[in-house]
Amino acid sequence: MDVAPQETLAHTLRYKLGLTGTKLGCNRGECGACTVLADDVNIYACSTLTHEVKNRAVVTVEGLRAADGTLHPVQAAFIEELSPACGFCTAGQVMSAVALLKANPRPTREEARLAMSGNVCRCGAYDHYLNGVMRASGQLS
Amino acid sequence: MTYMHIGKDFTPPDVEGKVTGAARYAEDFKKDGMVFARLLGSPIPAGRVVSIDASAALAIPGVLGIFTADDLPPAPPPSNPALAKEWVTYIGQPILAVAAESDHLAEEALSKIVVEYQRRPFVVDPLDTLTEGGPDPYPNGNTLIRNAGEAAAGTTASGTDVGRVKWSIDQVAAFRAGREPVGAQFGDEWSYGDVAARFAECSTVIEEPFVTIGQPHHSLESRTGMAYWENGKCYFHGSLQSHTVGHDALSAMLEIDPANLVFINENTGGGFGSKIFPYPMMAVTGRFARKLNRPVQLRITRAEEFYIGSARSGMQGWIKIGLKDDGRVGAVDVAIVNDAGSGGGGSASSSAEHISIMFQPEAMRFRGLAMYTNTTPRGAQRGPGQNEMAAVLAPMIDKAANLAGVDRVAMRRLNAPRMDGKIGARQGGISSSYMPEAIDKAAQMFNWDQKRSLPREISATKVRGIGVGQGFHTAGSNGYDGLIRIAPDGTIYLHTGVGNLGTYSYAGVVRAAAEALQCDWDNCVVVHGHGDLNLPHSTYQGGSNTMFTETRSSHVAALDVIQKLKEIAAAEFGGAADDYSIGGERVFRTSDSSKGMSYGEAAQKAIAMGGKYSGMEYPDDIHRTTVRSVQAMQGTGLIGVAKDTLPRSGAVPGMAIAFCEIELDKETGKFDIVDYTAVAECGTVVHPKGLRQAMNGGGIWGFGMAGFERHVYDPQNGLPANVGLYQSKPPTYLDVPVHMNTAGNDMPDPQSPVGARGIGEPAQGCAVAALMSAIADALDGHLFNRTPVTADMIINHVAQNGFNTGNLKTNTF
Ligand code: FES
Ligand code: FES
Repeated sequence: MDVAPQETLAHTLRYKLGLTGTKLGCNRGECGACTVLADDVNIYACSTLTHEVKNRAVVTVEGLRAADGTLHPVQAAFIEELSPACGFCTAGQVMSAVALLKANPRPTREEARLAMSGNVCRCGAYDHYLNGVMRASGQLS
Repeated sequence: MTYMHIGKDFTPPDVEGKVTGAARYAEDFKKDGMVFARLLGSPIPAGRVVSIDASAALAIPGVLGIFTADDLPPAPPPSNPALAKEWVTYIGQPILAVAAESDHLAEEALSKIVVEYQRRPFVVDPLDTLTEGGPDPYPNGNTLIRNAGEAAAGTTASGTDVGRVKWSIDQVAAFRAGREPVGAQFGDEWSYGDVAARFAECSTVIEEPFVTIGQPHHSLESRTGMAYWENGKCYFHGSLQSHTVGHDALSAMLEIDPANLVFINENTGGGFGSKIFPYPMMAVTGRFARKLNRPVQLRITRAEEFYIGSARSGMQGWIKIGLKDDGRVGAVDVAIVNDAGSGGGGSASSSAEHISIMFQPEAMRFRGLAMYTNTTPRGAQRGPGQNEMAAVLAPMIDKAANLAGVDRVAMRRLNAPRMDGKIGARQGGISSSYMPEAIDKAAQMFNWDQKRSLPREISATKVRGIGVGQGFHTAGSNGYDGLIRIAPDGTIYLHTGVGNLGTYSYAGVVRAAAEALQCDWDNCVVVHGHGDLNLPHSTYQGGSNTMFTETRSSHVAALDVIQKLKEIAAAEFGGAADDYSIGGERVFRTSDSSKGMSYGEAAQKAIAMGGKYSGMEYPDDIHRTTVRSVQAMQGTGLIGVAKDTLPRSGAVPGMAIAFCEIELDKETGKFDIVDYTAVAECGTVVHPKGLRQAMNGGGIWGFGMAGFERHVYDPQNGLPANVGLYQSKPPTYLDVPVHMNTAGNDMPDPQSPVGARGIGEPAQGCAVAALMSAIADALDGHLFNRTPVTADMIINHVAQNGFNTGNLKTNTF
């Protein structure tokens, strides 16, 4: 695949690879809708050049299911807690939650909101996403 | 009442797609040959386009064409044109679109287009244009006039014109200074009762000014759309809050027969009032695709969404409130000037309506005026009018209650609407109200009695504030169609034309049909979101009205199915339809359940019997959209279809009450919300998790309105100062409570078959009101008389710098 020097990772994912789960809410690093993982770290794909992630493992929301199709625990917990509202920020919220739980498997709610604070939800579903994070980390029964 | 589905949590069918990325929004669709279109916006706040030179852009290989106002029907003021030419009225207003083989090329083309403008005077503050001799935002005036004129083809405005109204310098000066503008002309007025006589009976009377500032919607999904044409049909991937109710309007914008439009919109990334009906830019997407004969994706950027994505009106006003000895509201007099931006109406009458229902004044007068300015167009935003009034009113009501020596919550309970509550100018009735019970429930959850006696001082720099507030919006309508198909295999297809704006109401409402049919939810399929899926004519998704309105139409369609099931069974086993019952997805003789058949078998019989049973015949009163859908499904199963003609009277109130406890830092002006508790008075709870989602989301919007969100315009150049998300500042995780505590009152409305009313708007109104009330409480009852109350305002107040309401302005600081 040809990648132009100025091409963003979000553009490559969405328009060249057809991975439209990664959303563009602002395309300028303000909202987090485009969050993906690069070597397990959450990054804004709209503000990352594709060439910057050469040789790094990039995971999008489409890549979280287990090989047998089972949903990732964060995805399952977000369904259980009815975390998404309109859903447009959800992929980004999922990816930030996955990155958080890799780094900190049992965060407090306060730690979770700090870690997720780069992901704006215009619908205001924050409480429900935090519930999802707590459930995914086994702290909510 | 014990329900099978109502009041139970369920997993709406679209949730999994949202967490896996499979859910597709308009911008996620691609079509072979698709080209990218982008907009060029005006750099000036007022003027006209003299000429456009696109030759250099069109010479770039891969640039396919431009689309201008000349390609659209004329849209004279005050309609909001998709593309401006003669009347450029705000910075960022789209002038043209350009299409190219790639997004990058389209952007390059934009940079090569030269537009020559002729400037006109402009104005960003509504009081500046209202002042005699002040500039007008349009060449022909500064205010909206309603008349009976027809809308220009392809626009969404109807019956409106631009007129001119001016106040004397003294009247404007009085209003700016927070006093009543005696003798001033208003555009809209109503009153009931003897206002002067009732004020004379009041022992506590306060007069206050107020200002609220408009704010953009900033739905996270911008209004990007994609359209293509095949065999004379337009396939349109769009982003609307509603679905089928917009079908005819979008067809009219494209000037095609509604039968030739397929609107596809399974998911919408937020709308909050800005996408209730088709918006002007959709005309460009569809028509540009037709002009180029290529699929066109018209990409709307975040900044463009600020400009064209609609916004709340600002308002500036004066109010006089009178309380009687016992704390009852005797009279209210309120005057409001709205900032309607460069298009849209004001919502002042709705603001007054909030007062009339929440406090049931014995007499009331309202005067309102909507002024245009050269700022972004305004439209409905989550409880337009009601919620900004809730915001500024709450601390004033607190002040009046404190002066009268009545507890703030007790005062609200005393004045709250009961079953015989009245609303608005005509003092019409309401469908039901259990507001006193909701107030009691929320006060108990919040522990008001204990918290109100807590010391305000927390530390040398921190103070506590507790607040209470209410939200209201009319929440229901009637007259739409329900449509159900039972397939021969027994699957029950619940068709709905309700849009999917993120509240899950599209699925919640058809649970009313599943309830009536007493069927297993796992055996139901919710059919929605695609014009080719045979959807009925359903209500718009706005104004909190979906739950009430569409549980009714789902219910009547289910009743039609049940009647047909019984008639089919009677035809098979003898007797009359009334001799039969349903249960376990079977219809059977009530006296002998062995004489019966499954829903699937009945559907097979329906096909064989034809006529009304399989949709070959249908009621005369259903909408033509529903007729087309029924016709497309003829002979495929048992078809239940009906228009909601159930009785209805009075306004349907959605209401909510909230409590807030904050810790305010007097050194930084910042506050933490340590307790947020709210109860929805929205009838029976249909979907508990969905209700919490609505209440919490609305709560976040309320916090945004109270503390952060606002338009700011530079009065020298007409430039907006906060186009981006981080500047216009919707709340983030760090601006809101770590936990939110919300619930429903869960008492049935008698006019809904399942007792439900809606709640979307009041969820914000109660939150902004409670937070404003808590801020005032933390500062010894100080009234800022405006929203948002930002940290710098709090610091200035604490430092006694005198920052307050003097010289009120809505768009500028
Ligand atoms: S789209 Fe990347 S941060 Fe908003
Ligand atoms: S769910 Fe709508 S923006 Fe977060």
